[in-house]
Amino acid sequence: MLKTRVIPTLLMKDTTLVKGVGFDSWRRVGTTLPAIRVYNRRQVDELIVLDISATPSNRPIDLFEVREFAPDCFVPLTVGGGIKDIETIKDLLRAGADKVALNSITYTNPNIVSEASERFGVQCIVVSVDAKKEADGTYQCYSACGSKPEGKNPADWARFMEKKGAGEILITSIEKDGAMQGYDAELIKMVSDAVTIPVIASGGAGKLEDAYEAIEKGGAQAVSAASIFHFTEITPLEVKEHLKSRGVNVRNSNKV
Amino acid sequence: MKTLIVDYGMGNLASVKRALEECGADAFVSDNPKAILDASHILLPGVGSFKQAMDNLNRQGWSDEIKNSLEKWDIPFLGICLGMQLLSTNSEEHGESEGLNLIPGRVKKFVLPKELRIPHVGWNELYIQNDCPLLNGVKDGTDFYFVHSYHAICDDKSHVGGTTPYGIDVETVIGKDNIWGTQFHPEKSASSGFQILKNFLDM
Repeated sequence: MLKTRVIPTLLMKDTTLVKGVGFDSWRRVGTTLPAIRVYNRRQVDELIVLDISATPSNRPIDLFEVREFAPDCFVPLTVGGGIKDIETIKDLLRAGADKVALNSITYTNPNIVSEASERFGVQCIVVSVDAKKEADGTYQCYSACGSKPEGKNPADWARFMEKKGAGEILITSIEKDGAMQGYDAELIKMVSDAVTIPVIASGGAGKLEDAYEAIEKGGAQAVSAASIFHFTEITPLEVKEHLKSRGVNVRNSNKV
Repeated sequence: MKTLIVDYGMGNLASVKRALEECGADAFVSDNPKAILDASHILLPGVGSFKQAMDNLNRQGWSDEIKNSLEKWDIPFLGICLGMQLLSTNSEEHGESEGLNLIPGRVKKFVLPKELRIPHVGWNELYIQNDCPLLNGVKDGTDFYFVHSYHAICDDKSHVGGTTPYGIDVETVIGKDNIWGTQFHPEKSASSGFQILKNFLDM
């Protein structure tokens, strides 16, 4: 049986690792390479590394940096941030990334998803969707690290991205992100019901049970989290053990 | 003892190389088919589309060189993910495409009940079907990392080393003589994957 994945997410701002609250108030939490080594040693299910300063600085995630850390990662690695063209995707995959996450560019050039998935295979194209619940209760997609409203409903957008050739959807709730008060199960459910590709839930994990809710109520195939691993004693393994105790199938990885 | 990683413009070569080195291999990447002459082991990685992969292998001269060498010598050969599918006779991905036909079979798209999402992404179990040296020391039911939408079906079931349950019993380890394929990514399956790479290097 396919296992539910627990995926630590690392956010890079230049070369340091950061974590914010609601896509703001970034705190420095370490450096990339040692963090990747630790997660690698702990045999996490997968890792996501996003450069959040890339799009605002109008450049892609640093290829040299990826070359530095990717080969040391013996679990699947997704990288993203500021990717705008096929050449960059090719370079990142060659540098050792297994998948790339596309976000802002998909709104201005949705065809990059079809071009990339035709060329590299759908399995390595993750479309990252950042969404916020507006005052009127509707959800809206945002690009450029949560700063630019796109006027799209996340479920419709995810469905469109699947049609374009996305292999997975990473759905992040902007206002839940970093708040550690639980995932936005409503948002996750909406997106998960809209697509037939795997959905990774992101934004809000603060305690063990939150991961279970994202899966049980949200219908996600994977949960990603950052703050809970940076700011609490909870490890990815403990999240998996908790999920297991709640009847969710997880991978048994070796304890280190 | 040198392990050649075939560079045909597809796939994550850096991680394969690092993982092989971690397992003690002297691994090198080459885009020149003549490099086979320097190799004791050949590894065919790959992610992407079957048709484009075959086009690249044919255009760069790899297909002929690989087939000739495997006919003449018993070089251990391992295809990973798309690299495994390329061992088949043909694939229905993007119309019909001819494969390397080293392990007769066909590559098909998953047809699964709605609740099983495609691509098949994540960790899933491997169940051993036929004794094979590639799976030495691997416990039945060990999880490996998968990411694929198509799967290979061997004509001769004695070529199936292991299967993985995802709606159907997906044939995820195949082998014939010295030629092997894994649908999962051993280089991304942490210590369980390294066991497989070590077994391959021991051949």
